[in-house]
Amino acid sequence: MISHLRTMWLVFRHLFQKKVTVQYPEEKVPLYPRWRGRIVLTKDPDGGERCVGCYLCAAACPVDCIALQATENEEGRRYPEFFRINFSRCIFCGYCEEACPTYAIQLIPDFEMAEYNRQDLVYEKEDLLIDSQGKYPGYNFYNVAGLDAGVKEKGKGEDEETPVDIKSLLP
Amino acid sequence: MTVMQHIWIVLGVLFVFLNIAAGLIWVERRLLALWQDRLGPNRAGPLGLFIVLADTLKLFFKEDWIPPFADKWVFILAPAIVVASVLMGIAIIPFAPGIVVADLNVGLMFFLAMSSLGVYSIVLGGWASNNKYSLLGALRGASQMIAYEVFMGLSLMGVVMLSKSFNLTDIVNAQKGLWFVVTQPIGFVVFFIAGLAETHRLPFDIPEAESELIAGFHSEYSGMKFGMFFIGEYLGISLISAMTATLFFGGWLGPAFLPPVVWFFLKTFLFIGLFILLRASLPRPRYDQLMGYGWKLLLPLVLLNLLVTGAIALWLRS
Repeated sequence: MISHLRTMWLVFRHLFQKKVTVQYPEEKVPLYPRWRGRIVLTKDPDGGERCVGCYLCAAACPVDCIALQATENEEGRRYPEFFRINFSRCIFCGYCEEACPTYAIQLIPDFEMAEYNRQDLVYEKEDLLIDSQGKYPGYNFYNVAGLDAGVKEKGKGEDEETPVDIKSLLP
Repeated sequence: MTVMQHIWIVLGVLFVFLNIAAGLIWVERRLLALWQDRLGPNRAGPLGLFIVLADTLKLFFKEDWIPPFADKWVFILAPAIVVASVLMGIAIIPFAPGIVVADLNVGLMFFLAMSSLGVYSIVLGGWASNNKYSLLGALRGASQMIAYEVFMGLSLMGVVMLSKSFNLTDIVNAQKGLWFVVTQPIGFVVFFIAGLAETHRLPFDIPEAESELIAGFHSEYSGMKFGMFFIGEYLGISLISAMTATLFFGGWLGPAFLPPVVWFFLKTFLFIGLFILLRASLPRPRYDQLMGYGWKLLLPLVLLNLLVTGAIALWLRS
């Protein structure tokens, strides 16, 4: 009986405690930088697309919501011809971000993407591409890659030695 | 009192109590939420008060389905019984001097009779649903009501002894000097516990017991028929709270700076709050614990209370 009364008193005291409710549309939930929300495609420091159209994200996606078609420009730089994410399928697992070798695809802290029309949840490349470097500022894939795709010449990248002439006998 | 006055009182009491019962939807949800560190419904209307309207409209527009295997007429009758019997019980409550629907000289007996009739709605509802969970709930409800009805009546006999009347107006007037909660503390506690069981509210809601019996005796009910059980439960809370205030806390009596009706409703709402606090804090006992608690602890206790009260009353008279 005493424990019952004590329980009632303890519950009653909760009347004056701080409420945990977040009144959502007016108050926002704090979202942290690594929160996995809307998917974006980021850009290089010099404004080029980071995506090289390697299909690794599409392969990693467990729900097959990513579709893309790779193509090449005249300098030999690969980029996606179209890049489509169906957000009505997406489960925000972040596997695409893990799979991406060029840090192009990234998940950002934003979840307010409700639509009235289901078709509006299919995001095209122009919806996904943002004018930002995302979580990796200063990173440019072609600076560390061996390939000459118009960003730098062969042998001029970071930690890259000049090419060796394999046909020559000179050291 | 003229006939017109009487009709006005009847309509007023009906209006007030049905509105309290509906408003308790909001009160209960808000209070429960606050005690669980939440805010509760606060969107529709000022302070979320229109949730009552929305809930009622929702209940009216829901499909009112009678299962083909149910006993149709009994199924329809059962929810009406609970509301009718509780409303009949409210008729004998004196709200203020002169404001009472039926000033019966056997008022207390009438109240006990009406609250016992409420068990028929549970039994008939559970039986007519033709569903094993409903029947189990009805069985539990019947045995719980029988057990707790016994000492609900007995716990009030101390009050009757002290006030020498079954009339509720007389009982309130007998508390002018001292409220009966002081002279009959055991009677009050036992009456309140029995009242909880009588309205099958949460610590004693084993006829419903969501986690064991889906929804117990009203598993098969939907739409406004379920709503009637719902309203019946809230009316029952109001009735037991009002009776507790009347019998043990001096009804309308109180310092003169507030009118008697206000005192009455203040006390009533205090007990309604207590009902909800009990729901928020205490877990449901096992079925055998409930019965054992009733027959082995509360019944001897209330008999002892009766004996001692009678002895003291006799001693005071001699």
